[in-house]
Amino acid sequence: MADDAKAEGGLVFHPMDQFIVKPLLGDGPVGMFTITNVTFWMALAVICIALLLVMGTRGRALVPSRIQSVAELAYGFIYKMVEDVAGKDGLKYFPYVMTLFMFIVFSNFLGLLPLAFTPTSHIAVTAVLAMAVFIAVTVIGFVKNGAGFLSLFWISSAPLALRPILAIIEAISYFVRPVSHSIRLAGNMMAGHAVIKVFAAFAAIAAISPLSIVAITAIYALEVMVSFIQAYVFAILTCVYLKDALHPHH
Amino acid sequence: MATETDAAKAAESGGLPQLDFSTFPNQIFWLLVTLVVIYLVLSKVALPRIASVLAERQGTITNDIAAAEELKAKAAAAEQAYDKALADARAEAQKIAGETKAEIQAEVDAAMAKADAEIAARTAESEARITEIRAGAAAAIKDVAQDTAKEVVSAMGVDIDAAAIKAVVTARTKG
Repeated sequence: MADDAKAEGGLVFHPMDQFIVKPLLGDGPVGMFTITNVTFWMALAVICIALLLVMGTRGRALVPSRIQSVAELAYGFIYKMVEDVAGKDGLKYFPYVMTLFMFIVFSNFLGLLPLAFTPTSHIAVTAVLAMAVFIAVTVIGFVKNGAGFLSLFWISSAPLALRPILAIIEAISYFVRPVSHSIRLAGNMMAGHAVIKVFAAFAAIAAISPLSIVAITAIYALEVMVSFIQAYVFAILTCVYLKDALHPHH
Repeated sequence: MATETDAAKAAESGGLPQLDFSTFPNQIFWLLVTLVVIYLVLSKVALPRIASVLAERQGTITNDIAAAEELKAKAAAAEQAYDKALADARAEAQKIAGETKAEIQAEVDAAMAKADAEIAARTAESEARITEIRAGAAAAIKDVAQDTAKEVVSAMGVDIDAAAIKAVVTARTKG
């Protein structure tokens, strides 16, 4: 990156600097329990979630206030999604899906603030989220169905000769799930933010700065959409995997 | 401030802060803390509360709809009662009107009969009187005829007794 900056002659490109994890106060090594910008932005997400879902519903009004409507809307949105995709017995896991969705959506949106840090743009974060879902789903699948969970890989509607091949493909796709699940989110968040930063660097040149600002605005709008869609996709895929665990028979 | 160390870190991880494995424990630790906190807040406070609010609202709506249904039924019953009362009143009025009409008719009939009887009585009375007058007139004519005949006969110089003249006159005036 530093080489690029020099090569452009005066232009400073640091599109990846926004993703650097550093201690919030002072300087020094990043240990496991160091309070870093990760801590700060995650805490901010927690506070926002609490403000929306706890403080917003404090009135318990029959005719909801605006914030309460938003909280109810979010609740209804995820609740219906879990019910529709994973089925009635999936509703037991609704609080966790809600947790995932709220965390991702708030991290994404807060990350769109200028100078913000986006925890969900880090593969370390999304990989943990995805692995948690993967392990949980696998455990739930075996606990609920026993060995019957393996029928997920044995497609009984296919011709017998094809079944072993399909089983291998199904198994591969099953184990790739956490990878795609996590990289999809981190990649989307990282790419969008990096692109905005690249355009922002071009704004230093007076001649192209109007174009640069228009481009930033357009990308920003796109990123707002992506922020929500990626949270939605993560949540709905969790529901789909949950459905596979609860009802492995195709 | 930290640019030199950051740059060094970035350099050693190939430029991507995402692949700087030294920060992974930190991120993962705080992520787990965050998730646990959010999960507890949601499952202990927020979600039950929202669920209860939604259920309460649903219950209220259901109750209100039931109440509205009930009131509607009441209104329909009231309308029916009103219609029935109206029909009854109308029938009653018709009945009373019919009775009154019949009564009046009876009275009129009675008065007519009475008047007819009176008229008949008067007519009979008048006829009796006319008959009497007529009889009286006929007797008077007979007397006048006898007297006149007697005078005429005596004027002609014939002496005849009164009984003969009377018999003749009676015979002549009979037809």
